[in-house]
Amino acid sequence: MNTHAPRWAFALLVGAGVAMFAAALFVGSVPLGVGDVWRALWQPDGSAVDTVVRQLRLPRALTAFAVGGLLALSGALLQALLRNPLADPYVLGISGGAAVAALVAMAAGASLAVVQGASIAGAFAALGLLFVLARRALFRSEALHAEQATAGLLLIGVMIAALAAAGLSLLLALAPDGQLRSMMFWLVGDLGGATEHGAAGLALALLAVLTGLAVAQARALDLLVRGDVQAATQGVDVPRVRRRLVLVAALATGTAVTLAGAVGFVGFAAPHVVRLLLGNEQRVLLPASALAGGTLVLMADTAARTVVAPLQLPVGVLTALLGAPLFLWLLVRR
Amino acid sequence: MSCVLRVQGVDLAVAQRVLVRGLDVTIGAGERWVILGPNGAGKSTLLATLAGVRSPQAGIVLLDGHALDALPVLELAERRALVIDRWTDPFAARVLDTVLTARFRFGGRDPDARQRALDSLRALDVLHLQQQDVRSLSRGERQRVAIATAAAQDTPLLLLDEPIAHQDPRHQAWVIDWLRAGLPENRGRTVVASLHDMNAAARLATHALLLDGRGGWEAGPAQQVLTATRLSRLFATPVAAVEVGGATRFVAAG
Repeated sequence: MNTHAPRWAFALLVGAGVAMFAAALFVGSVPLGVGDVWRALWQPDGSAVDTVVRQLRLPRALTAFAVGGLLALSGALLQALLRNPLADPYVLGISGGAAVAALVAMAAGASLAVVQGASIAGAFAALGLLFVLARRALFRSEALHAEQATAGLLLIGVMIAALAAAGLSLLLALAPDGQLRSMMFWLVGDLGGATEHGAAGLALALLAVLTGLAVAQARALDLLVRGDVQAATQGVDVPRVRRRLVLVAALATGTAVTLAGAVGFVGFAAPHVVRLLLGNEQRVLLPASALAGGTLVLMADTAARTVVAPLQLPVGVLTALLGAPLFLWLLVRR
Repeated sequence: MSCVLRVQGVDLAVAQRVLVRGLDVTIGAGERWVILGPNGAGKSTLLATLAGVRSPQAGIVLLDGHALDALPVLELAERRALVIDRWTDPFAARVLDTVLTARFRFGGRDPDARQRALDSLRALDVLHLQQQDVRSLSRGERQRVAIATAAAQDTPLLLLDEPIAHQDPRHQAWVIDWLRAGLPENRGRTVVASLHDMNAAARLATHALLLDGRGGWEAGPAQQVLTATRLSRLFATPVAAVEVGGATRFVAAG
């Protein structure tokens, strides 16, 4: 309710992000000191510590943050676009398409790179299907008709997701036992494969670009939240803004899912946590959600690879396990 | 007086039901038009059409001489505001922030925004609610916030769908008086409003448009159009004109 986005709350988010990032480098099955990490980062000498920090923890931490940020950005956008607090990054079926394609590749025994490629292709296929089926909501300029079209967009997305879910069940039923475990990990969301600096950097850059694109439409989105007619009469080109932001959300979801599988909960809850702390002005909400989502996944993943070390849990198990109580506490304390 | 809206041969239909046929009306600057008609006669549909958020089945609407569908959305937003009778508040938001969204057309740098929003809230008697969550307001309060939002858009033409539907008697008069006078700096604003209250209509209108919902319509200066005979026919219920303290009041039977 406080639009003068309390700077301290934003600073708190940044601080939490930095602290979690540091923790992600220090904590693990091999606990490291400040000196170890510092030396590994800036004066590498080829030791085992170097490998742990530079090859394992750093890319994984960067990927975790990017994945969380992308999912939370996508969730915040879709909640506003669909005017539905229950929306999440997976609601339009983009991730469903990605998951089906990725699991098909896994069932065929493909390498991680091929699985990721398939995931991207699947996300775009689902996005294409969405744009064709929901063309009324996305391309027609008559706002009063679009009022019903928003519901149409949501329903079409939910149906694409349902179709993908059926495909996933079929794949799981038919998949050889040997692949079931990795498939389950992928579906729950797992960062075990995040060892690529390049991919992590690319994902972070994409997070920055997509957040920028979304924030550029923040004022239009503030109006769109209040209804299509309201937005249209006050000067917003409703179908164009909706088209752009659906595309931004889909790219964010598709990238996140490709990197880490379908990490749950964070894309739904992070925007709500930010809303409770900072209000619902999109200019603040969108970047703050990305920050909070990134921090949450970073925290969850650090826990995922330490709580039962040397075993590693899929991060998706812990996002909800950590996130749901936090969300409930914020909700109930008021 | 210069013409603001020119409606030429407009047909309106909703779900294959023809509501208005061949509407020809010219609305001049500074005029206050009231649209009256039974439920489902097409009042809201016409207002949406005049605002350019809905296309008519036939005919054309010119705003300041430009065809509505030829004007870019931002330019339309400079010329007219529309107050609809339903609003969507899926998330918590301060009343003041809701009114501030109306400044979208002024772009990112808008030093007057806050003052104009506060002026509008004061003008509609909702200034005391500025820090409240819109979702905590009563329907009447929320409706006045919606009108204040349109006012903050600072347009010469204001279109309103049943602006006093949820108002208590004091605020019915308040809204009508405000529409008659406008904010001091907006004197001479053109108003088109749909109303169900015949007496409020008579107080507000310089001109009236009656829609019967079966395609027929009558338009003209308020004194000629707002008569007991015509209103009785329009609503298919006896309406009498009675003198109360020197003023004429319409009373419907029943």
